[in-house]
Amino acid sequence: MSKEIIGTPQQWEQLEKELEVLKNEPGPVMKAMQAAQAIYGYLPIEVQSKIASTFGVSLEEVYGIATFYAQFNLKPKGKYTIGICLGTACYVKGSGLVIDKFKERLGIEAGETTADQKFTLDATRCIGCCGLAPVLTVNDEVYGNLTTDDVDKILAKYND
Amino acid sequence: MLERAHILVCGGTGCTSGNSKKIYDEFTKLLKENNLDKEVKLIMTGCFGLCARGPIVVVYPDGAFYQHVKVEDVQEIVLEHILKGRIVERLLSKEREADGSVKPFNETPFYKSQHRLVLRNCGVINPENIDEYLAYDGYLAYQKVVTEMTPQEVIDVIKASGLRGRGGGGFPTGMKWQFAHNSVADQKYVVCNADEGDPGAFMDRSLLEGDPHSVIEAMMIAGYAIGATKGYIYVRAEYPIAVNRLQIAIQQALDYGILGSNAMGLGHEFNIELRLGAGAFVCGEETALLNSAEGKRGEPRQRPPFPAVKGLFGKPTLINNVETYGNITAIILNGAEWFTQLGTEKSKGTKVFALGGKITNTGLVEIPMGMTLRTIIEEIGGGIPNGKKFKAAQTGGPSGGCIPASLIDTPIDYDNLIAIGSMMGSGGLIVMDEDTCMVDIAKFFLEFTVDESCGKCTPCRIGNKRLYEMLDKITQGKGTMEDLDKMEKLCYYIKENSLCGLGQTAPNPVLSTLRYFRDEYVAHVRDKKCPAGVCKALVSYEIIADKCVGCGLCKRGCPVNAITGEIRQPHVIDPDKCIKCGACIAACRKNAIKK
Ligand SMILES: Cc1cc2nc3c(=O)[nH]c(=O)nc-3n(C[C@H](O)[C@H](O)[C@H](O)COP(=O)(O)O)c2cc1C
Ligand code: SF4
Ligand code: FES
Repeated sequence: MSKEIIGTPQQWEQLEKELEVLKNEPGPVMKAMQAAQAIYGYLPIEVQSKIASTFGVSLEEVYGIATFYAQFNLKPKGKYTIGICLGTACYVKGSGLVIDKFKERLGIEAGETTADQKFTLDATRCIGCCGLAPVLTVNDEVYGNLTTDDVDKILAKYND
Repeated sequence: MLERAHILVCGGTGCTSGNSKKIYDEFTKLLKENNLDKEVKLIMTGCFGLCARGPIVVVYPDGAFYQHVKVEDVQEIVLEHILKGRIVERLLSKEREADGSVKPFNETPFYKSQHRLVLRNCGVINPENIDEYLAYDGYLAYQKVVTEMTPQEVIDVIKASGLRGRGGGGFPTGMKWQFAHNSVADQKYVVCNADEGDPGAFMDRSLLEGDPHSVIEAMMIAGYAIGATKGYIYVRAEYPIAVNRLQIAIQQALDYGILGSNAMGLGHEFNIELRLGAGAFVCGEETALLNSAEGKRGEPRQRPPFPAVKGLFGKPTLINNVETYGNITAIILNGAEWFTQLGTEKSKGTKVFALGGKITNTGLVEIPMGMTLRTIIEEIGGGIPNGKKFKAAQTGGPSGGCIPASLIDTPIDYDNLIAIGSMMGSGGLIVMDEDTCMVDIAKFFLEFTVDESCGKCTPCRIGNKRLYEMLDKITQGKGTMEDLDKMEKLCYYIKENSLCGLGQTAPNPVLSTLRYFRDEYVAHVRDKKCPAGVCKALVSYEIIADKCVGCGLCKRGCPVNAITGEIRQPHVIDPDKCIKCGACIAACRKNAIKK
């Protein structure tokens, strides 16, 4: 088993604890990865190896799962993740224009993080607030009924 | 003690993002301060459906339906309405009776034509309190089947009800239960598909958020009918509120002995576990879902064997959609015949739709099968905002198609929708007006499927990519008439040769827009024009000199400095610099900019 630890000792300890609980469950790998991402915010390769060795699967398999699902991050995210909904209801109401403006302002594409690690820009699927379309989230905060004019205001709000 | 009034605050996702949690807390505080907390009951409920006017607060016994409520309004509601009995009129809907009095909300056009069967408890009970579900006949249906019916009799009732799967395919539910029942194995599973991948749909989420126990009870009934002791609910990870409410509901049911090794003390075992998705649309497909629930990559499996024979962990598995389960307890309690009175000949019961896009009353609606699209859009939906014209409605999401304005009187049921080249799908209903470009919409859906294709089989992985590229070319104004024919051929090829439903249905949005809006494609190809003014490469912005007063608002709004002009003189746009963002149109107060 790999001895190398990553992150703080507390994080590693927590990871080991959560993996232990899952050992008796059927089909535990994805659940373990979700737990690990909740601890680290992303899935460092060391954590992936740890999961692989704990459940007796290959690292390739864990990596294969990580790349298959949109929710798993292989790189750390910025301090603020701006998720713009590109679900149908939002798209019809112009969320495509909103994301374009964010791209231009931040100088990054969807899925990327700014060099100062402050903002990550994500295109998300329907988050179920279609009544407020177009919608975006900054971390857990939801903003609705957007226009391109709101872009600068929202960025200014997180200017710390 | 009986409370003299009930205050219901919507805790659905839409209203929660509009701050309804803070509204709830404010009520708690003010009720206490005014010593009202013993006589007035405050409840956080599931979705009322009218998300467009959220956050929503309803006060009984008056049935006052307050809309767009803000935290600051709470004080007025408590002091005026609760204390003095004077309804706060300014927060009510503007819909009035002929004599000028306020319409009771279930008489307003939005609610009047609806039939809330699956959503009966949403916006009525507190989903985080099992006692309220129990008070509304909760777990009575499970008790009835275990004490009065054999498993086969349960299946026969479901068969006789004519219920069809609400997850998209419309497969007869009773038959599915029969197959799973007939499989012989030491272990079987009941799975609930709560992946709800259709972008623009939130029916299943609202049901789980508003009435989680009804789904749990239905899974227990299914477990009894097919002989399974374990259930899994596979939920999208993007649904934190639904996940949380399900966890609470499962825990409460365990604490009450309703779930567990001796469920309700009636001698049968049933347990439920949650599995969270991780953001992959294809996992809504049942065999991919099973792989994902096992913790693997969510790639579809070859069928046969069908899940009813070889499903989760290789065991016979019944898999149904959330809304399908949402019908079960009502059918058991009221009988199959009662259910068959609703709907059309081959589509019984109701359907929940998430109404979105260019429509006044966006939100959640439940209608009897067979209602026309016109009633949904014009009456329930309140029509198209801003005086625009209805162009099309899209159902079935990325697997479905468009219903053009000429077919607005089609009664909505499974078979009619297939006949006109769309499908029921899981219930997303997106309304489009004259400002929506149908080529762009087809491209939007294709981009989605290309992104979400798992890549296992070639027709889907490469075919859809090629299809997307052709659409992109057309929106750039570089398409040819031959491309249209080539696209059509490719669509049929992909449909016939893909492994799973994702690939088999991915070309549908293209085929249906080609069928009903071919002239728009032709306009893009031959005239190099986008009639709706959406495709950026094909629109140009121009200032009409006669209308321009030279105020300079557009110049300041332009992000790339493409506009020049002296103050009080007509301005001009440099087409080479213009990025066609539309900021100038939004800024101009004189309507002087045309595209
Ligand atoms: C690409 C694809 C995505 C699907 N997504 C969902 C979904 O999000 N929710 C759902 O219930 N069914 C979905 N289905 C349908 C399921 O495969 C399956 O038919 C359904 O869960 C069966 O339940 P029902 O008979 O109760 O409808 C999807 C199918 C395909 C091909
Ligand atoms: S049709 Fe598409 S999503 Fe389905 S198995 Fe093939 S590649 Fe995967
Ligand atoms: S489409 Fe954006 S929230 Fe539903």
